[in-house]
Amino acid sequence: MMAARAGTVSDFFFRRPGLLTLALLAPPLLWIGVVYVGSLFALLLQSFYHLDDFSGLVVHEFTLSTYAQLAAPANLAIITRTVTMAAVVTIAAAILAFPIAYYAARYAKGPMKALFYLAVMMPLWSSYLVKVYAWKLILAKEGILGWLAAQLHLTPALNALLATPVIGGPSLSISYIGTFLVFTYIWLPYMILPIQAALERVPKTLIEAAADLGAHPGQTFRTVLLPLALPGVVAGSIFTFSLTLGDYIIPAIVGNSRPFIGQTVYALQGTAGDIPLAAAFTVVPMAIMAVYLTIAKQLGAFDAL
Amino acid sequence: MRSDGSPRAGFGLKLSAALGILFLHVPLALIVLYAFTTEDKSFAFPPPGLTLKWFATAWHDRPDIWPPLWLSLKVAVIATALAIVLGTLAAAALYRASFFGKESLSLLFILPIALPGIITGIALRSAFDIMGIPFSTWTIVLGHATFCIVVVYNNVLARFRRTSGSMIEASMDLGADGFQTFRHVVLPQIATALLAGGMLAFALSFDEIIVTTFTAGQQSTLPIWMLNELIRPRQRPVTNVVAVLVIAVTFIPILLAYYLTRDGEHTAGAGK
Repeated sequence: MMAARAGTVSDFFFRRPGLLTLALLAPPLLWIGVVYVGSLFALLLQSFYHLDDFSGLVVHEFTLSTYAQLAAPANLAIITRTVTMAAVVTIAAAILAFPIAYYAARYAKGPMKALFYLAVMMPLWSSYLVKVYAWKLILAKEGILGWLAAQLHLTPALNALLATPVIGGPSLSISYIGTFLVFTYIWLPYMILPIQAALERVPKTLIEAAADLGAHPGQTFRTVLLPLALPGVVAGSIFTFSLTLGDYIIPAIVGNSRPFIGQTVYALQGTAGDIPLAAAFTVVPMAIMAVYLTIAKQLGAFDAL
Repeated sequence: MRSDGSPRAGFGLKLSAALGILFLHVPLALIVLYAFTTEDKSFAFPPPGLTLKWFATAWHDRPDIWPPLWLSLKVAVIATALAIVLGTLAAAALYRASFFGKESLSLLFILPIALPGIITGIALRSAFDIMGIPFSTWTIVLGHATFCIVVVYNNVLARFRRTSGSMIEASMDLGADGFQTFRHVVLPQIATALLAGGMLAFALSFDEIIVTTFTAGQQSTLPIWMLNELIRPRQRPVTNVVAVLVIAVTFIPILLAYYLTRDGEHTAGAGK
């Protein structure tokens, strides 16, 4: 009886694959749709409310005044600071990632290849907070970098670097240099993997052909390798850029007191209780990422993910 | 560049690749070293001496570590279970079907990890506020499962793409019903991918901090405990010991996931 009914059910679905797809898709789609997209819309909706300055309460009326607040010089400075950091981190990560990805894709074979893969995966997956903490140890005044500088008699150079306006600070862990180093370190594996995936697909013969036709290694890199690896770089940059835009823990632990978007959102929704402005602030990275993803799709980056 | 035989990497390339790998690993090695230092007031390098006593201190004298550890494990187990079910369903539905809007749907599943975590966090928190849902273990699970789905989805999808649909048809032709086919044909084929996806989802949830700070309320998971120790250190060496423990707890599932999917699929974990 049970088996017959089960048979009927599976026959029913076998003849109607569309319905089967729907039945399979419904639970995950409902989850993402209700929990995630629903929450995103709730957030978006709040950005059109505003905070009453006198009562400190959220006024539930449609207004664009909260978005106008984003244009205040202090808020614009936060946005510029965050986007600049995200861009610089992305470029640095791409430069550091390329040789690792290229070596792993073209020269590493067999066990060496597996080793390279694990060497990238382990730092990628090890705890985010532990990694941030590790940099706190490294960048501390008495930490390994200061020690290394002293051993190499480079302490004056380090001090000169820290004395640089804007990027410097009292110590590496209280400066933009520190924030930049930690961001670059933590997101680097996200850049290596897609670049490697893109480079794996470049036929070896293509590079040999370029060399046979008289290109210098530099020319081969610029005119053959880089254009073919570009989708991978763009795919990696989606992560490095997006993750830097929204992070609020790294700049709070390693950095000076000037806030990034993430910290501002965190402070606004917490102590300040200004959910509308916090919501409006989160729309900034969302909008930037929407534009970014559209361009990335045009460049074929999704195939390299 | 030689065009015969196996290519050799130039010295510059070798050096920069090696330095890059070193850059990725030195900080983790330092954390392990610092768990044994005798210096407890600063991060002095090199450590003045080495000792094992902080492991004992963490074990005996710090009862505050245990509740966050249990909460993190509990959340990770539940979120992983949910993600395995939902992620597998999504992968099974999307790998063969072709319909209008399929691309957008797959983008939707990736969105929770493509958008900054703080957006997911604050969106969930304001939704809980609006609906009057009090913070509990389940509010944390809700957030974690949302971004764990994609990890399972990616792994299972990759496996489905490599398996042949005709096996399923053959099984049905030979008289098996849908459930028998799933039990005896589909499940054995995707089992290791499921397990790998589950391992990765577990590691992701166990370590998550950005979304969790918004969905936990007054509760403390292990990452939240750690963040508090980072901001207001009480006993630095104990934090180092817990950091080493966290590295160990996340490394084991990652290594297992790698060995489960190593033949051909290099997707495991690529989409953290």
